[in-house]
Amino acid sequence: MLAFLVSAIRLGMVFLFGSTGEILTEKSGHLNLGTPGVMCVGASCGCFAEYLYLKSVGPFASPVLAILVAVVATFAGAALMGLLFSFLTVTLRANQNVTGLALTTLGIGISDYMIAKAGTSFGRASKYFTASLPFADDLGWFGELFFSHGVMIYLAIIVALVCSFVLSKTRVGLNLRSVGENPATADAAGINVSRYRYVATCIGSGISGLGGLTFIMDYLNGNWEYCIDAFGWLSIALVIFTVWKPNLAILGSIIFGALYIASSYITGVSFAGKELFKMLPYIVTIIVLIITSMRNKKKNQPPESLGLPYFREER
Amino acid sequence: MENTKNKKSFSFHIIKREQTVWYKGLAIRAAAVLLALVVSGIVITLLTDKNPLAVYKSMWSGAFGMDIRVWSLFQDVAILLCISLAVTPAFKMKFWNIGAEGQVLIGGLATVSVMMFLGGKIPLPLLLIIMVVASILAGIIWAVLPAIFKAYWNTNETLFTLMMNYVAIQLVSYFLKVFVKTGSGVLFPMPEFGFPVLFGQPYLLNIIIVVALTIAVYIYLKYTKQGYEISVVGESQNTANYIGINVKKVVIRTLIVSGALCGIAGLLLVGGTNHTINTETAGGRGFTAIMVSWLAKFNPFFMVVTSFIIVFLQKGAQQVSTDFRLPQAISDIVTGIILFFIIGCEFFLNYKIVLSKNGKEND
Repeated sequence: MLAFLVSAIRLGMVFLFGSTGEILTEKSGHLNLGTPGVMCVGASCGCFAEYLYLKSVGPFASPVLAILVAVVATFAGAALMGLLFSFLTVTLRANQNVTGLALTTLGIGISDYMIAKAGTSFGRASKYFTASLPFADDLGWFGELFFSHGVMIYLAIIVALVCSFVLSKTRVGLNLRSVGENPATADAAGINVSRYRYVATCIGSGISGLGGLTFIMDYLNGNWEYCIDAFGWLSIALVIFTVWKPNLAILGSIIFGALYIASSYITGVSFAGKELFKMLPYIVTIIVLIITSMRNKKKNQPPESLGLPYFREER
Repeated sequence: MENTKNKKSFSFHIIKREQTVWYKGLAIRAAAVLLALVVSGIVITLLTDKNPLAVYKSMWSGAFGMDIRVWSLFQDVAILLCISLAVTPAFKMKFWNIGAEGQVLIGGLATVSVMMFLGGKIPLPLLLIIMVVASILAGIIWAVLPAIFKAYWNTNETLFTLMMNYVAIQLVSYFLKVFVKTGSGVLFPMPEFGFPVLFGQPYLLNIIIVVALTIAVYIYLKYTKQGYEISVVGESQNTANYIGINVKKVVIRTLIVSGALCGIAGLLLVGGTNHTINTETAGGRGFTAIMVSWLAKFNPFFMVVTSFIIVFLQKGAQQVSTDFRLPQAISDIVTGIILFFIIGCEFFLNYKIVLSKNGKEND
């Protein structure tokens, strides 16, 4: 049971990064369906940078620098994808859904290519990411549950809390939300809609990208797997599940993590039956979608102009 | 004048084009595709240090090099086109169905189940009929569920259809684990229960079916009352309500059409091509089809062109990756690049940039 919870938290943070980034993006009115591609690119950029770094320093790698290199490369690579998305949707006024899907195709391609160059095994780098706090073992189950994790897990929670704070308590957050709700009004109030959308999408994509890195370096202990895009799609779903609130996403992501791994912890189910259990996160998402749409509460709605373009000339 | 030229700042503003003349539109699109080809050529050249002309030659031979490649090219165009036709009515209605992948897969699963459990027990013509019915029904179920919830409770269809993809994928892997006796999860092809082979060309029947469907969808969208209702609902739901169109009914009916066509695509993939199934049978076409349909502005005949361009590039890039020993992923990168160029060129079709010298205009 304890192992199950610890695993759920570790996997959950992949979703947490992904959905926190997507929440930030969606708050600006951008529905970025390219998040799966962004997460793939983020993960592969981080892994590639790590591969280059470890190759260049040989056996004398500094753990702090190793983590920093990967995180910065991931964030930068993923943010660049966000920039591409914003350029097409804001500057060139392209359709967001179509652009997002194309971004996913491109992202998966780029990431597979980079991994083909860097290899699929990052076990050595992963050791830095999974190193836990030294006193975790002394605290029994409590330590196991709260202090045994790698650095990315804590980073994910910090990022989610910071985003939640910025969105609900600061002027910048208020401006960002107004851009997502009603860009014309925001524009009239003197807010630079394009800049907010660009910046929110780039930072949001960067954060989403870290989810991909967490999945490879922490959850899989450095063994690459070609399924990051599935986590991207689920992260987008999680945004709805948590009604666009990063702090709720912390809990939601752990639930998603638990659902995702439930099939391998449930005993007494046949080999084939496990395939049916793997449907759980998707079916739960569908049910949540249906329930939230039926209840139709005002405060649980998406940003008013989500997915819609804004051109000043066309008001 | 001459010496102050550099100091002058330029500004520009963007004007919406009222209407684009057809040859201008064509020229802009052709320029975008050409530019995309050049850029992808440069990318491949940078990655391989090979002569770009050799790269293009290899691309060309990948698509047209041998008879069998030409057939497989047209076959892939046909399948992609079929799925694009399927998603089009829904998109025209602004219903973002990104679950074509799952709808195709479930259609294929229905086909393969019929082949497996009834194959050899009943005469072949009857078997084929049951395959057609089963695949269409399966596609409809997968598409109409999100449509019903969308129509009555405005449930987000993008995510609903997306999640249905994964449910379909898991169902297929469940099926393969349970019913493949060897336990390997790989189903051996059953060509004896597949489509009849016309004139010795295994893909010919698929291609003929898709050509017929293209014409049918064109007529459906352009000349029928139902097609008209779809475009009204797509333009404005309020208008549709006002003139007495039952929006709920149109949404559900359109998704039945959409799902049925996806089911047929699954049937063509399984019954007419692979004669087996795995979780990768749809192979991302459900997503590519969305872009094919969008870029063709929902016109079935333009879709022939857009799906041809995309399949040609993918095949070409695959050949490049084998010829120059590059990772297969290069084909996804090339597709991505060309898609971005075509998406980006829409801007120049709809808007025009007017440059003006700051000092002069304001004076």
